[in-house]
Amino acid sequence: MMTPESHAQPRHLARPVRVLVAKPGLDGHDRGAKVVAAALRDAGMEVVYTGLHQTPEMIARAAVQEDVDVVGLSILSGAHMTLFPRVRDLLNEAGRPDMLLTGGGIIPEDDMATLHARGVGQLFGPGTPTSALIEYIESWAADNLTD
Amino acid sequence: MNLEQLVADLSEGRSASLARAISLVENQRPGFERLLAAIHSSTGRAHRIGITGPPGAGKSTITQSLVRHYRAQGRTVAVVAVDPTSPFTGGALLGDRIRMESVALDDGVFIRSMATRGSLGGLATSTREVADVLDAAGFERIIVETVGVGQSELDVSRLADTTVLVLVPESGDGIQTLKSGIMEIADAYAVNKADRPGADKLAREIEITLGIRRGNAFRHVPAHHGFRARAARGAAAHPAASNGDAWVPPVVMTVAVKEDGIAGLAEALDRHFAWLVSSGELEQRRRRRTRDRTREVVERAARRWIWDDTDTQQLIDARLDDVMAGRTNPYEVATEVLDGLRQGSTS
Repeated sequence: MMTPESHAQPRHLARPVRVLVAKPGLDGHDRGAKVVAAALRDAGMEVVYTGLHQTPEMIARAAVQEDVDVVGLSILSGAHMTLFPRVRDLLNEAGRPDMLLTGGGIIPEDDMATLHARGVGQLFGPGTPTSALIEYIESWAADNLTD
Repeated sequence: MNLEQLVADLSEGRSASLARAISLVENQRPGFERLLAAIHSSTGRAHRIGITGPPGAGKSTITQSLVRHYRAQGRTVAVVAVDPTSPFTGGALLGDRIRMESVALDDGVFIRSMATRGSLGGLATSTREVADVLDAAGFERIIVETVGVGQSELDVSRLADTTVLVLVPESGDGIQTLKSGIMEIADAYAVNKADRPGADKLAREIEITLGIRRGNAFRHVPAHHGFRARAARGAAAHPAASNGDAWVPPVVMTVAVKEDGIAGLAEALDRHFAWLVSSGELEQRRRRRTRDRTREVVERAARRWIWDDTDTQQLIDARLDDVMAGRTNPYEVATEVLDGLRQGSTS
């Protein structure tokens, strides 16, 4: 039985990590995005969930206004080679090259490497346990966030 | 962080800078009070509107509809939407943006989600100061949407110039409307989802309750049987909503998903603000709030000083065994702590 005192906060931060979870593109499958959003919430993060059919412009704008640390995209449509670089560019243009852009979906390994070279963080394929994503964000936060 | 640069960027309306200034205040990072001090003279220009009500009543949808209405009038709008933090994990799912998609790409709109982070009054501890930052950034309307509330989460009424309570036909019967707390703080009522059965009955019961408070209980109730629902009851149905010097909260029927009744609601909010100004209530209210605010800043500074800069905690820890063994008690220890603080010996 947990008690309301047992907060899981990053050890070095006095605040929760903020993450935007977005579902760009036209496919209507947001189960994965919702599972991820709930898992990150349960890991003690503040998760801004924006729902389906987001354009890169909407995602970048929401990320900037919400001042999140991490942007996570769920892309199942095959458009990852367009959407990830576009969101990365928009975040950079808005003055936020420091935000981690990560995500998951059906993404071949070669594409993951190409996207990584374009400034996108680690990407996660189908069947990845949510714990892997949580560990990745927590370790990124420990290395990159100071306040 | 360069505070002067941040304040300059804020006045130029730079989105990323505004967002970071809000985080600085939300997280109470070093320098946040200097930022708030620097922008204080630029605050007080916006009309701050609080939207509160039970979960699922349609607060976010009404907020989006109001934003669209104000944008059509050419006004800039900021939204602060608050959702609850888990008491178990400290995490939060902030989902109010989902309902605000249609205004997401509008340059005249800024939306920020906040988690309550342990605060129980329906807002986060720092929501009011976040509203100050948005006010200083020049937004003409600031809409603050609370978490879904029960009966006694009233913080929003201490922040907003105008508080709207959103109810739905299922919200309860006449006894609910008579209870203390949330029902008393509204400057306007929105009976949302008014196309459902019972909306007119709820609206009438709210009006009767308001009438009982004023002493003219049944003004709104027809004297005969067979009362028929008025199809479109908006602010227009209440031409005499300000009764002499007192404000009579209007009850507005809305169907927010269809934007029905939103123009009437917005008009009621404008009218309330005009009344606040003309009656002198705005000045008085802001004076009272400034006094309360200053007390809170003093208390926050005092708390920080006591726990961070004095050895009060060590003193308590050192006495704990004695307290547990019954040799002393928390009250005597507290007296000892305060005596020490007065003499400056614990710092």
